[in-house]
Amino acid sequence: MNHPDELLYSKSHEWAKFLDDTTALIGLTDYAQDALGDLVFVNLPEVGDEVTAGEAFADVESVKAVSDVFSPVTGTVAEINEDLLDSPEMMNEDPYGAWLIKVENITDREELMDSGDYVNFYENQE
Amino acid sequence: MEKKTPLYEAHVRHGGKIVPFAGYLLPVQYGSGVIAEHQAVRTACGLFDVSHMGEITCQGRDAFRNLNHILTNDYTTMYDGQARYSPMCNEEGGVVDDLIVYKVREESYFIVVNAANKDKDYAWMQSHAFGDAVFTDISEKVAQIALQGPRAPEILRKLASEDQIPKKYYSCKFHCDVAGMDCIISKTGYTGEDGYELYLAAEDAERMWELLLESGRQEGLICCGLGARDTLRLEAAMPLYGHEMTDSITPLEAGLGTFVKMGKEEFVGKTALESRGAPERVRVGLKATGRGILREHLDVLMGGEKIGVTTSGTFAPYLKESIAMALLDVRHAEIGTAVEVDVRGRKVAAEIVPLPFYKRSKK
Repeated sequence: MNHPDELLYSKSHEWAKFLDDTTALIGLTDYAQDALGDLVFVNLPEVGDEVTAGEAFADVESVKAVSDVFSPVTGTVAEINEDLLDSPEMMNEDPYGAWLIKVENITDREELMDSGDYVNFYENQE
Repeated sequence: MEKKTPLYEAHVRHGGKIVPFAGYLLPVQYGSGVIAEHQAVRTACGLFDVSHMGEITCQGRDAFRNLNHILTNDYTTMYDGQARYSPMCNEEGGVVDDLIVYKVREESYFIVVNAANKDKDYAWMQSHAFGDAVFTDISEKVAQIALQGPRAPEILRKLASEDQIPKKYYSCKFHCDVAGMDCIISKTGYTGEDGYELYLAAEDAERMWELLLESGRQEGLICCGLGARDTLRLEAAMPLYGHEMTDSITPLEAGLGTFVKMGKEEFVGKTALESRGAPERVRVGLKATGRGILREHLDVLMGGEKIGVTTSGTFAPYLKESIAMALLDVRHAEIGTAVEVDVRGRKVAAEIVPLPFYKRSKK
């Protein structure tokens, strides 16, 4: 399992990559995609939508189940990764390349973990 | 506390992701994932542990009369080694379970029932038994392994002699010898593909599993879990108890009229089915035409009005689209009808399509 050092991680298994102090890409962690299994559908918000730290902003579906994706930050959706709409399997194949949304004007964030703390967190959860 | 099948250790060793299901700990998938497992069965071959299924024998001079009384199908003309599917109805015409009966010989039958219903079925059979007929639950002693896919016959031919491999669909051979292991080989399955189900002693299960895997490696045989079992049966539009039929959904509503012989003098549920008349709701197939994945228990709408509910739904890995089966008002059940499905508050466009969704091409 791979969890890059330059990213921050949430307890609900999303990653955030801060491009500057108020802009970040958000995606699903390697742990999350492995636990969910083959992803076949994603429902994304629209550009301009507000997202709130700790609240669901998207849902992903594996063959078997639906799961909410929670935002680690509060801000405005600047971009969505439209490629995922046709190729949701990219979230399985390249979880850190397959960002879901880009958030700007970030005003708040959850308490996020670095990769070492995140690995400890989910290993103790199992 | 969930039970383990005789193959539990093998599943863990092969990387199965174990989940509780119908009182058993079973693999929902292995490392390759549900989609790869599904495709393996459509294009090569897959191996399933279905040891959780229940096995009940029925023996005695009145065995046949008992079966013809409690089951809706007709067991009058059966050859030894023949298998026949049937719903088992309650007095109201709802379904207690659906099952397969094998005729071993005169006065001796072997019945395979759903895991979650086994105790209920056994109690039901015993409470309805009459004359000289004894039902015996032998589930604990029996393991069941399914070998499914277009390459299943060539894999099995490496291990069993030609006369031990059943040729006709829904028939079996008893007392086959596979590497010294005594088993029943049945040409049946729950995937919509060619293939076999093997019944054998629980203590031989692990050796048989490894032998089959090894023998089919070249042909692309892989271990498959419950996830693929469900997506495969759904593409093939095979009904699943608790979904397409329940104690309050009749076999006629579920589209299983072929297996309900109303011409029989009597059977449990016949009077109720007669008085209910033609079904007001029927099972149909749905294909999503809008963006979304159809799941079970979703409202199906037409012009904003509810016309029924989905009973099973998934993303179909081989067809690469979302499909569902639904129980719809018969007045709105015509093929080609455009409907909407309420997917967690979002209306997803769908169309009524013929069943099955997938049918293998005959060679």
